[in-house]
Amino acid sequence: MNLANPDLVALWLTLKLAGISTLILLLLGTPLAWWLAHTRSRAKVAVEALVALPLVLPPTVLGFYLLISLGPQGPIGSTLESLGLSALSFSFAGLVVGSVIYSLPFVVQPLHYAFAEMGARPVEVARTLGAHGKDLFVSVVLPQSRRGYLTAAVLGFAHTLGEFGVVLMIGGNIPGETQVLSIAIYDHVAALEYGQAHWLSGGLLLLSFCLLIFVYSINRRFDLVKPR
Amino acid sequence: MLAISLCCIYHSTLLAEEILVAVASNFSSTAEEVAERFEQQTGHEVVLAFGSTGHHYAQIVNGAPFDIFLAADAERPRLLEESGITIEGSRFTYALGQLVLWGSEQILSNQPNLLRSGEYRHLALANPRFAPYGVAAMEVLESSNLIEVTENKIVLGENIAQAFQFVASGAAQLGFVSLAQVNSLPDSQRGFVWQIEPSLYNPIRQQAVLLSDNPAAMEFMSYLKSDSGAQLIGSAGYGLEPL
Repeated sequence: MNLANPDLVALWLTLKLAGISTLILLLLGTPLAWWLAHTRSRAKVAVEALVALPLVLPPTVLGFYLLISLGPQGPIGSTLESLGLSALSFSFAGLVVGSVIYSLPFVVQPLHYAFAEMGARPVEVARTLGAHGKDLFVSVVLPQSRRGYLTAAVLGFAHTLGEFGVVLMIGGNIPGETQVLSIAIYDHVAALEYGQAHWLSGGLLLLSFCLLIFVYSINRRFDLVKPR
Repeated sequence: MLAISLCCIYHSTLLAEEILVAVASNFSSTAEEVAERFEQQTGHEVVLAFGSTGHHYAQIVNGAPFDIFLAADAERPRLLEESGITIEGSRFTYALGQLVLWGSEQILSNQPNLLRSGEYRHLALANPRFAPYGVAAMEVLESSNLIEVTENKIVLGENIAQAFQFVASGAAQLGFVSLAQVNSLPDSQRGFVWQIEPSLYNPIRQQAVLLSDNPAAMEFMSYLKSDSGAQLIGSAGYGLEPL
């Protein structure tokens, strides 16, 4: 890869951001979705609403709160600095934090429905047969909910590819660190470089379309917002 | 009831014209003052749309219904003029941008060679690829041999408003912004301001063009050139080109 080309740097950074965020989301999303699928707690409705917030909030709301909390003056940024770490504004790590929040519903909701559809019975049966912990998860839960996992991973990835508002507000447009594809496109348009804007936009359009085709083909009845 | 209210709306549009102005983000607070004064004098209504000049340009080329474009540079208005979208002969320089280095309260030292000292994490600029104040900031860094020291500290705003907001929010400690932006703040929030020697960068000629034959828009253009308009612009922190 020719790393001197800023568009390729932005492409690689975008894929890396989407990949890392999706991994973190799958790890965090699994226990959260499991809890949502099985709990009888009254807090469930509130947690579901919290998870779904990024679907309806403008990214500027999230970007604004992140900017003032992750910077060296903010509560999170200053805590990190006092621990000898650096504040997260204008950094790749900051973008990962933003993306994880921003794409949360796209990962948690498909997992939640997969777990709910599977029901409690397969796990109960496996338990009586002596399966525990990791074994139970890998040989019973994962195969039973694999469509949910694929859907969650692809949607989380695709949605992070399309992230713009949050990155615009907390990124600072640093090549190789925070300058993702959507920002590169925005800049090409501002710099009147419509040719490059076309290439990147067309590429992203095609990639996103393919990812969604994949989601719909593995999951014919999939409906993100009103599943059941 | 509906008939009455429709009639009122119709009537009010007859009395006062509405004009839509695309305004470069560095000029936003000044444009608000100018528009307010203009509205008081004429009864017309001025609607201001703030944004980066590059994006406004792209919107205007693609048919955005602006009556006037107050750009942050001379290049974009000139391109519009060449493509025949503007009213002929309307282009003029309404303000000369003044670049300052601005540090928020957290910068403790007020030393002149602060930039060279590297005692800050982030230096905010507008994007020099398309934002005129960003271009000027890079010229200052180049002519002062500061490129190497600052290279890893630069964060870019999409326009000067974002560079300003990076410093104002505390996320960046220093930034190159326009004098008018700092002047728009209350005294207590101004932090440290270092004027930049104008010989270190090419003049930032901010030009205006008229995009429609709306008579109220023509009046607004004349107001910008008038003594009263120029006085407002000058006291906000801009230089003025002799007409």
